[in-house]
Amino acid sequence: MSVWEYANPKRFMQVSARVLPVVVGLTVVSLVTGLIWGFFFTPDDFRQGSTVKIIFLHVPTAMMAINAWVMMLVASLIWLIRRHHVSALAAKAAAPVGLTFTLIALVTGALWGQPMWGTWWAWDPRLTAFLILALFYLGYIALWQAVDDPDTAADLTAVLCMVGSVFAVLSRYAVKFWNQGLHQDSTILKVGEKDPIDVAYYVPLVVCILGFVLLFVALVLMRTRTEIRARRLSALLAQERLA
Amino acid sequence: MNALLIRDLRLAFRAGGGFGLGLAFFLLVAVLVPLGVGPEPATLAKIAPGILWVGALLACLLSLDRIFALDFEDGSLDLLATSPIPLEGVVAVKALAHWLVTGLPLTLCAPMLGVLLNLPGPGYLWLVVSLAAGTPALSVIGAFGAALTVGIKRGGLLLSLLVLPLYVPTLIFGAEVVKRGATGAEALVPLLLLAGITAGAVALLPFAAAAALRVNLR
Repeated sequence: MSVWEYANPKRFMQVSARVLPVVVGLTVVSLVTGLIWGFFFTPDDFRQGSTVKIIFLHVPTAMMAINAWVMMLVASLIWLIRRHHVSALAAKAAAPVGLTFTLIALVTGALWGQPMWGTWWAWDPRLTAFLILALFYLGYIALWQAVDDPDTAADLTAVLCMVGSVFAVLSRYAVKFWNQGLHQDSTILKVGEKDPIDVAYYVPLVVCILGFVLLFVALVLMRTRTEIRARRLSALLAQERLA
Repeated sequence: MNALLIRDLRLAFRAGGGFGLGLAFFLLVAVLVPLGVGPEPATLAKIAPGILWVGALLACLLSLDRIFALDFEDGSLDLLATSPIPLEGVVAVKALAHWLVTGLPLTLCAPMLGVLLNLPGPGYLWLVVSLAAGTPALSVIGAFGAALTVGIKRGGLLLSLLVLPLYVPTLIFGAEVVKRGATGAEALVPLLLLAGITAGAVALLPFAAAAALRVNLR
């Protein structure tokens, strides 16, 4: 029994139909717990006041914005190497989700930045890199929309995703070179070191991150199932036209 | 391959080839910016490196869809794909032809537009060097974008959307070279990074572009 069996659309639909309700349930539980805990049952920060609580949306969405692109890259590679259609459709399904996470991270960052930094936007390396990431998502989605033949579209977007990944990483380091940062460093991985995030925030934040990972998985599964159904529908319509 | 290069150059230079269009656009940008931001020499000197690089980049972008679209429409791209030259070589030659008719003239004319924008004295050499090192990357990246969108009707806008994010690192390092050069700071580091991007793009992107072309010719 190999993992590639799930690449069969029929098998994928069967398994995902059973997995999806569980994932959705866990998503709701962890997001409700994490966000309510984070928003209402954590103390205000001594300097940032209650604005610190934007972290519970900002950090998980920002992480998932990058992870979604990595997932698309892996799915694109699987499509190019093994020609599993489910993989190409999963990459297609993940792109709008990733774009949404990118935009949420940008907007929540702006809302936090206005009272804290005194500006909605600064050309800081992290912010700029995220804006560029949003442009990459837009281009990827637009290319899917523009090509009619599904296999051609899948091939072209997969190549774009690979080249885009290289240039996205290049851009990340180029903007670091180009301007000094205003954005603070990550403190999540610093637990046990100097200046870690406080445990009062850390625990609900981990719950929120888990919730957003599950949310991403649930949305991608749902959208992939929709794409597979749409593909089946267009195949049926084509058959009818021939008959 | 030489024959292909000469053919592409001839097509570009003769009537309707669009040679000079990019240059005219570059000139227009350099004229319009002072009209927009005001004529203070100090302001212009400060923004000149960035404007010149952005202008060169946009001028490059203008003629990208010509790299493959016409050959795709009249079928000569199919002939090229079945010819003994590897498709990667065709892409490289076409990108080179594009650079010779846009990137090279832009590089040579940039100092004159630098005068219009009051670029400080030490910046001129760095401007020419950085454009010479960076514009080949613009042409190769553009050829990749053109290969992706060659089968799409009215793909010009999509092409810009795909290519502009890919131009970001080149633009950052290119403009940084001129900015540092103009103020007399150490400009060698960004220049080397820029040259590294060009070398990497020239070496690898023809393969990606050829893969995209094969998909589009299927």
